[in-house]
Amino acid sequence: MSGFSDNIMRLSGRMLSQYLAQRDWDGKLTRAPHPGIIPTCSIVILSDNLPKQEIMKWNGWGYSDSKFLYNKKGQAEFTGKRYRLSGMIIPGLREWMESTFGANLQHKTPAAPILNSSAVQPPTLNEAFLKELKSTGIPFSHDAEDRVFRSHGHCLHEIFALREGKIGRVPDLVVWPNCHNDVVKIVELACKHNVCLMPYGGGTSVSSALECPPEETRSIVSLDTSQMNRILWIDEKNLTAHVEAGIVGQDLERLLNESGYCTGHEPDSMEFSSLGGWVATRASGMKKNIYGNIEDLVVHIKMVTPQGVIEKSCQGPRMSTGPDVHHFIMGSEGTLGVVTEVTMKIRPMPEYQKYGSVVFPNFEMGVACLREVARQRCAPASIRLMDNEQFKFGHALKPQVSSIFTSFLDGLKKFYITKFKGFDPNRLCVATLLFEGDREKVLQHEKQVYDIAAKFGGLAAGEDNGQRGYMLTFVIAYLRVVLGFKYTLLVLDICRNVKARIVRECKDKGVQFPPLSTCRVTQTYDAGACVYFYFAFNYRGLSDPVHVYEQVEHAAREEILANGGSLSHHHGVGKLRKEWMRETISSVGMGMLRSVKDYVDPNNIFGNRNLL
Amino acid sequence: MLWSYCHSGTRKSLFNINTRELSEVVVIGSTASLKDEEEFTDILEERRCTTDLGYALRTFNPQPYKGAPSSSTSDLKKAVLESQYLRYIIALETGSSVEKVRQEARGILEEMSHNLQLGFIRLMAYTVNKVFKRLFRSIYVNMEGLNMLQQAIQESPVILMPNHRSYVDFLIVSFILFTYDIPIPVIAAGIPLASMKVVGEILRRSGAFFIRRAIGSDKLYWAVLSEYVRTIVRTGCAPLEFYVEGFRSRTLKSVVPKLGMMDMVLEPYFKGEVFDITLVPISISYDRVVEESLLALELLGVPKPKESTTGLFKASRVLQEDYGCMHVNFGRPLSVRQLCEGKINRSEYNLIPRDLPQRPSTEIQDCVNWVAHLIVRTQEEGSLISPWSLMACLLLQAPITTLTEEGLQWHGLTEKTLWLRKLVLDFRGRLNWPDSDVMSSTVALHHSIVHHKAGRVCLVQDGDPASQDPLSPEEGVMRTAAAVLMLVSYRNQALHVFVRPGILATAIHITKSTQKDELFSFFCFLRDVFANEFIFIPGRASQDFDEACSLLQKCGAVHMSEQEVTVLETGLEVLSFLQKLLQPFLDSYQLIFRYLCENGAHVFTEKQFLPAVQNLATKLILSGDLHTFEVLSSDTQKNVLSALRRLEAVTKLRVNNNILSIADPYFFGKYIAIDVLLMTEIMNKRAL
Repeated sequence: MSGFSDNIMRLSGRMLSQYLAQRDWDGKLTRAPHPGIIPTCSIVILSDNLPKQEIMKWNGWGYSDSKFLYNKKGQAEFTGKRYRLSGMIIPGLREWMESTFGANLQHKTPAAPILNSSAVQPPTLNEAFLKELKSTGIPFSHDAEDRVFRSHGHCLHEIFALREGKIGRVPDLVVWPNCHNDVVKIVELACKHNVCLMPYGGGTSVSSALECPPEETRSIVSLDTSQMNRILWIDEKNLTAHVEAGIVGQDLERLLNESGYCTGHEPDSMEFSSLGGWVATRASGMKKNIYGNIEDLVVHIKMVTPQGVIEKSCQGPRMSTGPDVHHFIMGSEGTLGVVTEVTMKIRPMPEYQKYGSVVFPNFEMGVACLREVARQRCAPASIRLMDNEQFKFGHALKPQVSSIFTSFLDGLKKFYITKFKGFDPNRLCVATLLFEGDREKVLQHEKQVYDIAAKFGGLAAGEDNGQRGYMLTFVIAYLRVVLGFKYTLLVLDICRNVKARIVRECKDKGVQFPPLSTCRVTQTYDAGACVYFYFAFNYRGLSDPVHVYEQVEHAAREEILANGGSLSHHHGVGKLRKEWMRETISSVGMGMLRSVKDYVDPNNIFGNRNLL
Repeated sequence: MLWSYCHSGTRKSLFNINTRELSEVVVIGSTASLKDEEEFTDILEERRCTTDLGYALRTFNPQPYKGAPSSSTSDLKKAVLESQYLRYIIALETGSSVEKVRQEARGILEEMSHNLQLGFIRLMAYTVNKVFKRLFRSIYVNMEGLNMLQQAIQESPVILMPNHRSYVDFLIVSFILFTYDIPIPVIAAGIPLASMKVVGEILRRSGAFFIRRAIGSDKLYWAVLSEYVRTIVRTGCAPLEFYVEGFRSRTLKSVVPKLGMMDMVLEPYFKGEVFDITLVPISISYDRVVEESLLALELLGVPKPKESTTGLFKASRVLQEDYGCMHVNFGRPLSVRQLCEGKINRSEYNLIPRDLPQRPSTEIQDCVNWVAHLIVRTQEEGSLISPWSLMACLLLQAPITTLTEEGLQWHGLTEKTLWLRKLVLDFRGRLNWPDSDVMSSTVALHHSIVHHKAGRVCLVQDGDPASQDPLSPEEGVMRTAAAVLMLVSYRNQALHVFVRPGILATAIHITKSTQKDELFSFFCFLRDVFANEFIFIPGRASQDFDEACSLLQKCGAVHMSEQEVTVLETGLEVLSFLQKLLQPFLDSYQLIFRYLCENGAHVFTEKQFLPAVQNLATKLILSGDLHTFEVLSSDTQKNVLSALRRLEAVTKLRVNNNILSIADPYFFGKYIAIDVLLMTEIMNKRAL
């Protein structure tokens, strides 16, 4: 979509080509990624998933089989089987798209269907490095698809370029270490031969962090951690688990669940993002109210740097030993080294989970309610507040209902809220809730929250709406372009100003239809909140929509900072937000980070140029 | 759904034009003025055909600001009293109990608060309508401006910023907005109005809120006032109207803007509490000002009558007179966001809760100052110059004896006025030039100042029957001064068109230089000295200079090359007119500088200063050494003092008399100390 333009394209009924699997993964790497290279270690993959590359889109978000498209009857449909919405017809979406953006079936922009290998520059290989790497037996590849797949995250401009078949600087080589020691070897070799290393986890970055610096002349090696995906041990006495950093969120949760535990860390990208990536970007999970953000969850980190391995000597949950060195690692965005193993806190799986939702007459009341919840420190595992635009979007994504009874009930609910309670459908907003814990406490907790909500004019709107709200979070990424995040005290002012700025900038830049400019409060803190802004526009008639998108995003970010928001709540800085770092953390702060980098990595082996 | 469906879309297009306009203004000054063929509509015409009562009871259904809650006056007061800001300030006030301070704050708020009620708006509209129909032949309003205002009001909080030349304009904006179904503003007014019996209350209910004059260091008062103003802006519950000049201009010349209100009004934008604020400059011009004679007397030191209801009734004899036409020109709405873009960094407010007071950085203060000056300049550019103002310019250039005794030749005057009309058009001034028989009707309208008999025009001197006793020479000077100052105030209405080229003409006259850079530096010096007298937008000296050059070139007065400015033969008339136009200001400033230097008056009180200058000036006028009466005006004297303080030639001190004062402010004296050295430097630099 640009935000949405992307979506619109995807919706335009084009099947994206499947990435052609080159390798036959079946628990084992049976065929070398590149002829002539014999893998020396066989990998036991704990996950029963197919390896990612095969089932993922190479030029868009998520699974290849899951996408929005218009079916033969012209109705919107979400394909695949992976989500609750999958395989459903979504009757309201088309109308919403048309009325919100003026998007229609006649205007589509097809994506380049198949990766054209000839568009990819031949790799710059460091022969000496390659030779020694071969001798270690660590699998690697310089196949074009492998390289392109690891050359980007999911920023709009990255995806847009791929869809148009434009491919810039990509890594020259991909290596798949299997364990901590493999990483040590790779880093040693990289230092020895002055090769640039770029760690790659889930590839879900939205901060241009995976973009290869075009000015980099050395050979760039993408270090893919995906094979380091084992849980090495679980300590049930201390409630910790020691895990390899390449594990993907959903696998980690599933495997822990098998033992009756969970980490509770559920960022919206958890289907694809990796533990190492969470640590490297200071990730935040949806249920942080109970489990905490990544910095609260991590007990011990092992990271391989050009200077050697850094780790603490014990697994104590807290230490008073000067500044916490973990905080140099968390948020380092791959500039200092590769996180290989992490000890995380785990919790017994909750006995009971319950979704919920509350409708408020307007966003202001919703925010006031969230503040009261924060004041009483009684936030459920997750509480999110969507603004009116997003409420309508959620409504548009409602699947076709099968029974007349359900649609009758829906009508009745709508009547009750708008006519009987007098809510203005153009102002009302909805909060979605997720409670976790033992059944009795959940019910008690639920009552407390609903009581508070009632004081702010909130009406309980059912479990189903709540659950759909969370499902949307995952699905929205398929339609997505996310803009910014921030963390602030003045939720109301900032929301209004940033949304208004987006609308105004779009208009200024010649966008023909009013954009979708919407936000939701995704996290509450005692001292503030995290607000997620989405915007999307129809780029028909624009010669350079990506540039317009970037200008608007830039303006919106300036607006966020001017209104007291932070540069990033959890996506990190990457290269996209670097220009604001100095004003964000002061020159001295920059100097501190710089000197750490200079000590740990004087030759800039980890040369992705993020952050600083 | 196209943009037009979207509110911000329509507003945006409004601002697009407006930035272009503005950037032009920024580059070359008064561009806006040329296209003054805008349609003005006489709003009284329709009023004369319908019944007053019917009009007052018309359906009033305005489109308010889209974000505005429907809040009552008491909601507003409650919001102010319960604000975190006020609670913080109250907690800081030590010495008495919190409850007592809160009580005091409540009292201040009661005294201040407006109590806007539609019923009273109708009453106001009824009365004002009646009065205006009596006073004025027509009230012209530009409909395009009103349309833009109507749109702007729905989009963001709107600040109406009229100039203030007469008591009459206090309710004119409300009256027009009522007529055209636009939300009625709340208006900042001076507290004396509130104390008028009955009328004060009517004004309050028509939307006036009242501000004390000398607030000084009363922190609680400042806090209540600023929170009150900010809450109005923040909630957008009604458009806010205030006079950025601070008070009614007694000289009919624009007054250097006051920044207190401007600060309060803009702060919600700086702190991100609103997305944007719209400023609407409004220029009100009169053919004849109702209080003309009072103004001159006041300037000569006769105190203005206290605002009182009985006074108001006594003043009702003014209703018998004809005051010609009035023009109300609604300027283009200006977006504060766009004005401030690139000038300020709003993140300076990030580290202190926005509900708490924070002293703005100099960057912000400069920006506020700049915006305020820009507004006043825009008001100037939007005001219409009457033929009478041009005649006043010319009459004042005649020797005073000619004016008071034999009179000026009518024929010569009219011819010269037509010449001046052309010059004003060259200078892109807006003229109000009705077609037929302009000159004699305008002179007839101003029969209280001049009279036209037997082909000559003379100054009318106060026909007060007090002249049974022969006047002393000093009294004679004052009598003439009163008449001259009336004329001066009408001249002042046209001054803004001539100031920049006038200063350049003066620079050419004094330096005799043709070098552009030399002229520029003298231009800057004069601009600096006269910055309290005329409106110059800070930081735009070179644009002002370029504007002056291009205007003089345009009217054929000078030839410009890369380095040089050469006076053309054909331009002598223009240059001499311009130079003479500003001569009274030079003379006045020079006289006061001289007084301060020569009389050894190194420490003096303001109370001593004004009469002393007046005495000296009277003497010099009688001896024929001084040819201007303007130095007698207290306004000029005060401007000189402010200029000297700004130039750091004079320092204002508050000296506490040890014996008499134990924290009793009545025994504090205001002293002015002069730095003689700096003063001489200024004099020398002037080399006049």
